Amino acid sequence: MRALWITLGALVAVLFAASLLIGPAGLAPAQALSALFRGDALAETLVMREIRLPRAILAVLVGAALGLAGAAMQGYLRNPLAEPGLIGVSGSAALGAVLALQTGFAAMHVLALPFAALAGAVLAVLIILALAGAHGGSITLILAGIAVSALAGALTSLVLNLSPNPFAASEIVFWMMGSLQDRSMTHVWLAAPFIVLGGLVLLAQGRKFDALTLGEDAAASMGVHLGRLRLALVLGVASMVGAATAVAGAIGFVGLVVPHILRPLVGARPSVLLPASALGGAVLVLMADIAVRVILPTRDLKLGVLTAIVGAPLFLHLIYKTRAQA
Amino acid sequence: MLKNFSVARGPCDVLRDIALQIGPGECVGLLGPNGAGKTTLMRGALGLMAHRGASSLTALALKTRAKTVAWLPQAREIAWPVTVETLIALGRLPHLAPGAAPASEDQAAIDSAITRMGLESFRSRIATQLSGGEQARVLIARALAQSTPLLMVDEPAAGLDPAHQLGLMQVLADEARGGRTVIASMHDLGLAARYCTRLVVLWRGGIAADGRPEDVLTPDLLAEVFQIRAHITTSPDGPIVQPVGVI
Repeated sequence: MRALWITLGALVAVLFAASLLIGPAGLAPAQALSALFRGDALAETLVMREIRLPRAILAVLVGAALGLAGAAMQGYLRNPLAEPGLIGVSGSAALGAVLALQTGFAAMHVLALPFAALAGAVLAVLIILALAGAHGGSITLILAGIAVSALAGALTSLVLNLSPNPFAASEIVFWMMGSLQDRSMTHVWLAAPFIVLGGLVLLAQGRKFDALTLGEDAAASMGVHLGRLRLALVLGVASMVGAATAVAGAIGFVGLVVPHILRPLVGARPSVLLPASALGGAVLVLMADIAVRVILPTRDLKLGVLTAIVGAPLFLHLIYKTRAQA
Repeated sequence: MLKNFSVARGPCDVLRDIALQIGPGECVGLLGPNGAGKTTLMRGALGLMAHRGASSLTALALKTRAKTVAWLPQAREIAWPVTVETLIALGRLPHLAPGAAPASEDQAAIDSAITRMGLESFRSRIATQLSGGEQARVLIARALAQSTPLLMVDEPAAGLDPAHQLGLMQVLADEARGGRTVIASMHDLGLAARYCTRLVVLWRGGIAADGRPEDVLTPDLLAEVFQIRAHITTSPDGPIVQPVGVI
């Protein structure tokens, strides 16, 4: 178990450094680091501090958010196919962002789009909590989430449908593919508090997810307040995923695949899977974000496209392995 | 202890004005045909269902309740492929302070539960890969590890082979003899008669009979409530009830 933590921690550190050192500006590693820490060369310092550093930090934050939220959703629903988008927050955050792009609100300020996306996420949480009620179990939460996701998806399509010109439509479509390109420290400062706070809320629920291994009834008899746990889950996941979507767009499969890969390595305990998935998510998004820069440096390959292309076959492989064991 | 206890499911009451007092050292078998409200009575008393009237358990705070009563639901759920020992250790969760690691007394309770259920050789096996009956025994061990004065189990013997049915009932009877209170819903009248110190028969929303097994399991009651005939004798091993036909 200790080897796993060291491996994951080292992978995050190495990939974070690699993310800082790889880019189209073609800086030598020594030059890049000296620009980052000493700030002696003007152009290089700008590249390092304003482009690469926020990009690497956001990759860690977004990856950790998706991995941790995915592990929490799977732990709460006791279903390895659950993913953070299930409660409709990512879809609603995307709708908020799409509306901001469509109306031109996004062009007014660098934070206009992320704020619109966060507003979408908050609205989704309010609708879900109202729909699912105070005492319902996990089924009502899933149903409410599916309803909100479907509505957000339909409204996003409507916005695309009614978009005035092909350029507006393609801007929206490209944003929705998810990317960490050209993000600034302002984006980091916007997303970090939500992701950290949501993460702390979810990590604090670890033992309750453990108790849920025995089912809702047994967990309730062991002192787990199911209503409070569900509220903490919705708020924690929404805060993390809403903020991640707001700054990076929709990035799929990380929240689904990472807990799935790590589960056998942590003895399947939900409480241990939470922090492991946060690190694993950071590793996967850092890797993918480095890959989009290396594979097609000139074509602006989108991060969300790559995670889906890598994630889907990986998931198929896992299903195949599960089938072989059964 | 229950007083004026009623539980409604939909528009009609499943249980009406139940009064029941159960003390330490009793091993109570909760009997009744399907749908009589055995599970409903236990879930209601535990505060897992909305109910009217008083239950001494729901009067306790959630955390205290978890240290007072261990509950084994009928649905044998094991969601993740954890080891048997990890699963049984979940029974210690109500005793752990937030963030604290399990102490030696927790490990002692886990070991004792494993020994009592005869699961030593299963310790590091993956719980989800065991057979249904083995999983049932692991889940009972989890409830034992919770070390509560009251143990409530819903059809614990269902799905076990004869030897393990007898072994399990012996464990429950021993727990009661050691001063704990055991309440178990059951369908097997023979096991109930043989091991329980007291039987409570639920029927038509109320208590049809309550008392010592030999006083409760009369031909008249079996005919009226269960619609069966049974062969009833006493033996050196205790009362023997063997259903022989449907009326």
